[in-house]
Amino acid sequence: MLEDLFKIVKVRLDDDSSKNRKSKVSIPSNLLFKCPRCQAVVFMEDFDANQRVCTSCNYHARLTAPERLKLTIDKDSFIEYDSEMGSVNPIGFPGYEKKIEELQEATGLRDAVITGECTIKGQPCVIGVMDSRFMMASMGSVVGEKITRAFERASEKRLPVVLFTASGGARMQEGIISLMQMAKTSGAAARHSDQGLLYITVLTDPTTGGVTASFASLGDIVIAEPKVLVGFAGRRVIEGTIKQRLPDDFQSAEFLLEHGFVDMIVERRRMRRTLSNLLRLHRSDVCAGGGRQ
Amino acid sequence: MSKLTAWERMEIIRQKGRPTINDYIPMLFEEFYELHGDKLFGDDGAILGGIAVLDGRPVTVVAQVKGRSIEENKRTNFAMPHPEGYRKALRLMKQAEKFGRPVVCFIDTPGAFCGIAAEERGEGESIARNLFEMMRLKTPVVSVVLGEGGSGGALGLGVCDELCMLENAIYSVISPRGAASILWKDASKEKETANMLRITAEDLKEFGVADTIIPEPPGGAHKNPQLTAENMADSISAALHKLSDLRLEELLERRYEKFRKIGAFTE
Repeated sequence: MLEDLFKIVKVRLDDDSSKNRKSKVSIPSNLLFKCPRCQAVVFMEDFDANQRVCTSCNYHARLTAPERLKLTIDKDSFIEYDSEMGSVNPIGFPGYEKKIEELQEATGLRDAVITGECTIKGQPCVIGVMDSRFMMASMGSVVGEKITRAFERASEKRLPVVLFTASGGARMQEGIISLMQMAKTSGAAARHSDQGLLYITVLTDPTTGGVTASFASLGDIVIAEPKVLVGFAGRRVIEGTIKQRLPDDFQSAEFLLEHGFVDMIVERRRMRRTLSNLLRLHRSDVCAGGGRQ
Repeated sequence: MSKLTAWERMEIIRQKGRPTINDYIPMLFEEFYELHGDKLFGDDGAILGGIAVLDGRPVTVVAQVKGRSIEENKRTNFAMPHPEGYRKALRLMKQAEKFGRPVVCFIDTPGAFCGIAAEERGEGESIARNLFEMMRLKTPVVSVVLGEGGSGGALGLGVCDELCMLENAIYSVISPRGAASILWKDASKEKETANMLRITAEDLKEFGVADTIIPEPPGGAHKNPQLTAENMADSISAALHKLSDLRLEELLERRYEKFRKIGAFTE
């Protein structure tokens, strides 16, 4: 229904694969990768060697935040911010603390985003990477605060910001406080922008809800990985409203490019180079006008 | 003020005769000139905008419009804006900034519209842009939640210097019905969920999100719309009066801090 706006989106693709699984021979999950986009089955070894991109259809599968950092930034360049920050239960939501603890145990993360400073091929920036394993990277106080501080520190140090987004939206378990993180992070992005500083968003699978409706859409340059899901409303919410199945490419990176909401689609193997080049072109010593107050 | 549960308040704001912005405008303002369109794509009936006069001073009004009949709801899409609605709102706010008029936003929506066209035209981007631009808008902004403050679709008019809520209004990250269907796979547990989610004006004041609660007559605004409008006008005037004393830098710093400080975590 319409009111399901900011729910934690369970991507329809996951459902499809679970339905299909019943009728087929079960596959040991660590040997083969079944692409949720094209249903092709490939050896996990090949899939991993291809940076977790489907060798058949080029779907860019989800990465953990540590995996993403490893692929993107210069070795040993990372200085993490706010590594100890953790969630509390501001509205007394039943079972929330327990869920957080279990996820911390399972993922080794404190919450759904890692932020810090790094260099990418020598170009310094503030970076943030969201991790969908942690409550579908929904935005509560911790995500909101860490993203806000990342922008504020970047403003102080006059650094660009690069954010890899993935999220099911605002975190229902923190009620209105999580909704307000949308305003808080967008405000921090605005102040950073007013300093003449660069902000690059990289939309990864899946970016939806309140994160799409706040900082994910506000980059000076918005990049997306191929075939990823990006949207505002949940797909099933819309399907429920219109009583029709939506086409497969609805809310894909390519759909957003076609409708003018993404600057470029960049493949994972070119991401590091693309980011470092864009960062270089916006350095105040390269571009005369850049960074001028 | 009455002690009611979130669910009891929801029953009041769902009353058929609950006044909408169209009822309140003639009661609140001495003059009103409606302005249409986002000057980009179209004119969204879910968002009403224009120039009004309050206490002899011009203000810009931007409001979500609930319909009072099926015909009106067709026109206003049950107060669920498309991207062009948020862009129309932003256009009028920028116009207000240019002419130094304060902005008064009225929030009354189940949420932004979820549909194909809304996604094609960037529903998420349009809300994000409003949050970004409203945070640095160089004129005072007062927002009033009339009934339903539904998630990001409400926040698109909710980045403000002062947030007022009518006594029975709610403001929530997710509708109780939506939350119930996720939590218990059972939308009929709406009532329990509503009472758990902390969505009333009192709750929001406690969290530092709402600044003022505007009293409604016993039984709800529909019992006496005129009195409700008078209470609302008093609150808006008081807020604008307070804000008009601030220098621009103070105003913007205060607005940033209002949202900056919201959040609960350990470190």
